[in-house]
Amino acid sequence: MIDDAASGSAPALEMRGITKRYPGVVANDHIDLDVRRGEIHALLGENGAGKTTLMNVLYGLARPDEGRILMDGREAQIAGPSDAIARGISMVHQHFMLVPVLSVAENVILGAETMSNRVFVDRREASRRIAALAGRFGFDLDPDVKVGSLSVGQQQRVEILKALYRDARILVLDEPTAVLTPGETEEIFALLRRLAADGRSIVFISHKLYEVLEVADRITVIRRGRVIGERKPSETTEEELAELMVGREVELTVDRGVSHVGAPVLRVEGLRVADDRHHEVVPDATFEIRAGEILGVAGVAGNGQDELVQALIGLRRSLGGKVTLMGRDVTGLSPRRLNEAGVGYVPGDRHRFGLILAFPVYDNLILTSYYRAPFAHGLLRDDSAILESAAAQVERFDIRTPSARAATSTLSGGNQQKVVVAREFDRELKLLILDQPTRGLDVGSIEFIHRQIIAKRDAGTAVLLVSAELDEIMEMSDRITVMYRGRMVADLDGRTADKNAVGLLMATGGQEVAATQKEASA
Amino acid sequence: MSRPDTIQPRTVRARKAIVRAVVRSAQPVAEPLVAILLALLVGAVGITMFSGLLAGHSSFDIGLPAAAYLALLQGVASPNGFTSTLVYSTPLILAGLGVGLGFKAGLFNIGGRGQFLFGTVGAMAVASTVGVTQSSYITIPLALLAGALFGAAAGFIPGFLKATSGAHEVVTTIMLNYVFVFVTYWAISGPLVLPNAHQPITADVSDRNAALPIILGRDGNAGILLALVAVPIIWFLLYRTTLGFEIRSAGANADAARYGGMKTNRLIVLTMSIAGLMAGLAGATTLLGVVHQIAPGYDTTVGFDAITVALLGRSNPIGILFSGLLLGAMRAGSQSMQIQAGVPAELVDALQAIILVFLVVNALRRWLDRRAAKRGSTPSVGAEVAGSAEGVA
Repeated sequence: MIDDAASGSAPALEMRGITKRYPGVVANDHIDLDVRRGEIHALLGENGAGKTTLMNVLYGLARPDEGRILMDGREAQIAGPSDAIARGISMVHQHFMLVPVLSVAENVILGAETMSNRVFVDRREASRRIAALAGRFGFDLDPDVKVGSLSVGQQQRVEILKALYRDARILVLDEPTAVLTPGETEEIFALLRRLAADGRSIVFISHKLYEVLEVADRITVIRRGRVIGERKPSETTEEELAELMVGREVELTVDRGVSHVGAPVLRVEGLRVADDRHHEVVPDATFEIRAGEILGVAGVAGNGQDELVQALIGLRRSLGGKVTLMGRDVTGLSPRRLNEAGVGYVPGDRHRFGLILAFPVYDNLILTSYYRAPFAHGLLRDDSAILESAAAQVERFDIRTPSARAATSTLSGGNQQKVVVAREFDRELKLLILDQPTRGLDVGSIEFIHRQIIAKRDAGTAVLLVSAELDEIMEMSDRITVMYRGRMVADLDGRTADKNAVGLLMATGGQEVAATQKEASA
Repeated sequence: MSRPDTIQPRTVRARKAIVRAVVRSAQPVAEPLVAILLALLVGAVGITMFSGLLAGHSSFDIGLPAAAYLALLQGVASPNGFTSTLVYSTPLILAGLGVGLGFKAGLFNIGGRGQFLFGTVGAMAVASTVGVTQSSYITIPLALLAGALFGAAAGFIPGFLKATSGAHEVVTTIMLNYVFVFVTYWAISGPLVLPNAHQPITADVSDRNAALPIILGRDGNAGILLALVAVPIIWFLLYRTTLGFEIRSAGANADAARYGGMKTNRLIVLTMSIAGLMAGLAGATTLLGVVHQIAPGYDTTVGFDAITVALLGRSNPIGILFSGLLLGAMRAGSQSMQIQAGVPAELVDALQAIILVFLVVNALRRWLDRRAAKRGSTPSVGAEVAGSAEGVA
């Protein structure tokens, strides 16, 4: 705010005292935010902190109960997205709003067509303008190629190009890196810096600390609907930001402590699994997990991890091989039999396998145990027992919800995952299968879930942790293996393994490791 | 930090909270009500536009819609109208409960027509055999049971096909409708034909100790009770039993249901069988309580009307009770409308169709919205059509 006073010009965007209430929650509680011209302003907060609500207010998708918006110092009424666009505010959503069968140029001009007359679109003029914009900001995009054939990173650039074509002066990006590879993330950051240098303002929504520190000029942290603080990247640290975000000191890396490894719990021998198209994607999985041990399975997504996990949990029939749990042959058992045998599972896609979003929280908490006492007597549900147990679990697992009766879809992602964790962890487990248990979650939830996993390990549960987040594997695992084209290509000690070596195994599968090392030394 | 000057006094906030609470509790009913009102409006426009075609009316007779709707209401409000509302509603509620149960499981049962007819055949088979020698105390329950079981068998087939081969129930039920239409014709011209009759026609159930007793007014048969009892039974099944939980889970998210250890294929077969059972029961009560014999060309629209009933009732048994009564009332009043206002009774069919269009358009929009917002994890259109939001139920 000092800078503005000095320069004497009003910020490009000011939001003053924005308050938005939803039944049971105050999503935004008198939020103040100002964004200067040519600034990349990060909005940092946990899932459910109110970042998206605030931006929906800005974009006219939600009407604030209180507060006002000023642009260049003048009051701006924004009643809908068309008002926002007319005022130069553009939004790039997490889920792209693109038509795959149309070309880049057609997608860009969609809704803002340059007309040669009343009927026909002036394609040549549109193409010329798009090419000019792309050239100016260094987009690597062919305007005539179909959007459906582009990579996710390229599609995101089309979205940004769309905003620029509408002459956006304030560009809001909602978690833009969630879908990108590290390389694409670097490219998008470079692009954002060029846009800022051009005098445009960028609001960058994220919950990833290192990204925010890397790209932002200023960082506003919000927690539970309130602005908690404002920092400059040069004056803060990841630890401080995490603490502001979560409201207490957060351990960014879990203290995994000492593992007390016991007898073998799970033994998989020569397991063969096919995918939905009948391709054998896991040709020969052989491994063992002992009690009190976490086996981390690293690997780039799509190397057979999903199929392996689904086979282990009974959701997918294996083509061959043998699975033994505590010495008992459990090959081909149903999910329910495995569940009863003491296997817990946290799915990677919690919306698909983990939860029924339309159902209340209490129904999701009994999804695997609804049929047995105390939740059912014969064919009859015992709703009082169900609700009682649900209330206790909501309390114990710190699930933030107005009540256990709330629809699960109304919870934030982190709290939805806590529902899954509460259901799967809250009993005695022999084996715990975790498929990307923290994907898309905020630091607070990640810390919580990691602690729960360690606690289960210490209670003697064998844990299989599949994750595409290499950091998670490195931090949590006692042993690490890497899945490459359906094969497990390494068996490393989790405490001594070198992250770069694991990364290399993920990328090459190990056959070329020796060769690469030779090249490197040469 | 300065608070903005737009802060609201507490009373305003309280009032807003009350308004929100009212809106929230009204939400499940709002959509069906809007659909009904819009249909009445479109109907009024239609009546006005075509009033010139009706005898004794000028073209663009603006007063005619009001007169027609008033006559409809008067028809319902008369003592006979009340009874016939219940009679018309009985099969709609029974079959509607079945279709609604299917929706809850994510299944779109369009086979109500065939299941209804096969149920009719089942009930008639009992009446024309058992009824010859046994009293009505034995014949009627057996005939109803047979109607239910025949209907269940007709529903079992598409369920079994879907569970074993993945054949979509929309396709198979539509095709099976034709099969059961002709099975019915075959039955009344062969095994169930009245001896010495000059045409393919069955005996009158009154002559076979199988006619449902009249319990209300001139023609209010005991089938009404069956419909009224079925509503709480299906509600209890859905919301108070583990089977109901499984059905609702399979409809809302089949993958999660599978992970929860539910046998989704078995649920498909079971749900389709129950849906068929309800339609078969509708057929049996109509035969034993209303039409009394199966004449050449016998057919029904109950199977399709039940879809509208289930949609309008948002698949909730209590909602289905009310929507069944509404559609039944429209049928009951249509004659009075035709006689008193000169507007053809078929207007009721048009109104019903328009209601359906509005409901489906809205459901489709919701489904597309959700699909756009979240790819991959959406419930089926069927589930969406059913208003699968459990908060609503």
